Amino acid sequence: MSVRAALGVIGRYVFAGFVLVFFALPLLWLLTAPFDSAPSVQVSVPDFTLENFRTLWDNPYAMRSLGNSVIIAAGTMAITLVLAALASYALSRVRIPGRDTLLYLLLLLSSIVTGTAAMVPTFLLMTELGLIDRQLGVVLVLTGGLLPTAIFILKDFMDSTPRSYEESARVFGASSLQILRHVVVPIARPGLATIAVWAVVQVWGNFLVPFILLRSPEQQPAAVVMFTFYTEGGQPNLGLISTFSLLFSIPVVAMYLFVNRRYGFRFHGGIKR
Amino acid sequence: MLVIAVFLLFPAIWTLYLGLTNWRLTGLAAREPDFVGLENYTDALSDPDFRNSLLLTLVFVFFSAIVGQSILGFALAWIARKLRPALRSVVETVVLLAWIIPASVVAFLWLALLDRREGTLNALLGTDGTAWLLEYPMQSIIVFNIWNGTAFSMLLFSSALASVPPSQFETARMAGAGTFATLRDVVLPNIRGHILTNTLLITLWTFNVFAPYLITAGGPQGRTEILGVYIYRVALRDGALGQGAALSLIMIIINLVVAAVYLRLLGRDRPSRRGRKSTRERRA
Repeated sequence: MSVRAALGVIGRYVFAGFVLVFFALPLLWLLTAPFDSAPSVQVSVPDFTLENFRTLWDNPYAMRSLGNSVIIAAGTMAITLVLAALASYALSRVRIPGRDTLLYLLLLLSSIVTGTAAMVPTFLLMTELGLIDRQLGVVLVLTGGLLPTAIFILKDFMDSTPRSYEESARVFGASSLQILRHVVVPIARPGLATIAVWAVVQVWGNFLVPFILLRSPEQQPAAVVMFTFYTEGGQPNLGLISTFSLLFSIPVVAMYLFVNRRYGFRFHGGIKR
Repeated sequence: MLVIAVFLLFPAIWTLYLGLTNWRLTGLAAREPDFVGLENYTDALSDPDFRNSLLLTLVFVFFSAIVGQSILGFALAWIARKLRPALRSVVETVVLLAWIIPASVVAFLWLALLDRREGTLNALLGTDGTAWLLEYPMQSIIVFNIWNGTAFSMLLFSSALASVPPSQFETARMAGAGTFATLRDVVLPNIRGHILTNTLLITLWTFNVFAPYLITAGGPQGRTEILGVYIYRVALRDGALGQGAALSLIMIIINLVVAAVYLRLLGRDRPSRRGRKSTRERRA
C-alpha cells in the first residue's frame, strides 16, 4: 500500500509538471520577447531592454487601436450594464406570465445565435443600417449578444435584494427609478461589478465582430490590428508584436485577478459560464 | 429587449429569407437578388467543401472538446485537490491564463511556438525544420484548442468535486476502494449533471470557435476549414451572401439541437438542482 501511495504521489507530480510545461510553454514567449533587444520567435533569455516599449509608444497605429479597444469595450459595458440592470430589475419585480420561459428562451437564443453562426446576417443588417465601419455598430452587435446572459445573471442578484427596503423607500415617496438608483443598485453592486468585468473581458478579446464590421484601420481595435501586423507586413515586426501583445493582455489578466480575489469564481443559475 | 430583438432575433429571422435568395456582395445580384428557393440549401448539402468542413468540425469538436478538454479538465481538478496549495495555485493560474488572454495574442503565441525555422517546439524537440502547421494542421489546432479551453472544464469540475460529500470519500477509503473504484462509485454518480453541462457547453462553444482561423486561416488546402471559417470564406471573402446565409442557418440549427438537448436534460434534472440552489442562497 505504501508503495502504491508513493507511486500515486510521484504520478501526481509528474502529471502536474507535464501540465505546467504544456500550458506555460507558449506563454513564456510573451514574457521574454518584449524585453529582448533582438527578439526572435524562439523563447530565450532576453538581452534586457525597454526599447520595444518606446517603439510601441511612438507607433500611432498601435496606440490608437488600443484606444479603440477601450472605447468599444467601455461603450458595450456601459450599455449592457444600464439595460441589463433595468430589465433584470423589472423582470425580478413584475409578475408576467411565462417570465421564466422568456428568460430561458432569450438565453437559449443568445447561445445558439453566436457571432460565428450569425456572421452573415449580422454583416447584412449592419450594411443596411449604414453602421459598417462604425464603432457604434460593433458596440450594438456585441451588446445584443451579451444582454441575455447579463440579464439572466443580474436577475439572480435582484431576486436576492430584500423587498422591505424598497417598500420603506416607497413609503417616503421615492419613485421607481429613485428606488433603483439609491436602494437596489448599491445592494446589487457585486452583481453589477461582475457583469461589468465579464462584459469588458468578452469584448476586449473579441476578434470576429470587429474583423467583419470594421474596414478602416483607424477604427479597428487592438484584437484586429494585431492580426494585420503579421499578415500584411511580410516579415513580422516581432519586437512590436510581442510588446503590443503583452500590453493588450495585461488589462484582462488584471481584471480577472481583481474579480477572483474579491468575489471568487461563481457559477450562476442553470447555464454556467 | 429591443436591442436583443434587433441584434439577435431579427438577424436570425432575416437569415431565413436571405437563405432563399441568390444575393451577392457585389455585381448584378447585389442590386436585385432573385428568389431561388431552396437551391442554396441543396447546393450546400451537395457541396464537397461543405461536407468536408462539417466532417472536420465534428473531428475538431470531438477530439478537442469532448475528449481533450473534458478529460484534461477533470484530471486537473482531481489531481489539484491533493497538490500543495502553492503548486496548485500556480498550475491553475497558468491554465486560466491560457483561457483569458485575448484570442489574437494566443494565436500569435502558437504561431511562434510552432514556427518552422526558429520555433520553440522544434528547438526543444530537436526536430528542426518541421512545419507543424503544414504537416499536422488539424492535430495542431486540436491541441491548440485543448490548451485554450481546458480552464472552463477545470473550474467546473473543481466546483463539482467540492460538492461531493466528504463522508462518501471517507467511506470509500475505509472500504479500501482504489482510485478507479472511488471515481466510478462515488464521484461519477455525484457529478453526472456537471459532466452533462460541461460536455454540452464546450461542444456548443467549440463548434462556434473562430480562433483557428488566426493560426491556419483554414489552410493548407482547406484541411482546417472548420464550419465558421468556411462560412467566412464563402460569404464574406468570396461574396456569396445568399449561400452564406443558408450556411449560417444550418449552423444555427445545429446549435439549436445541441442547446435543446441540453435544456431538455437539464429540465429533467431540475428538482435536485433547485434544492442545491436554495441552499446556496440561504448561505449567502
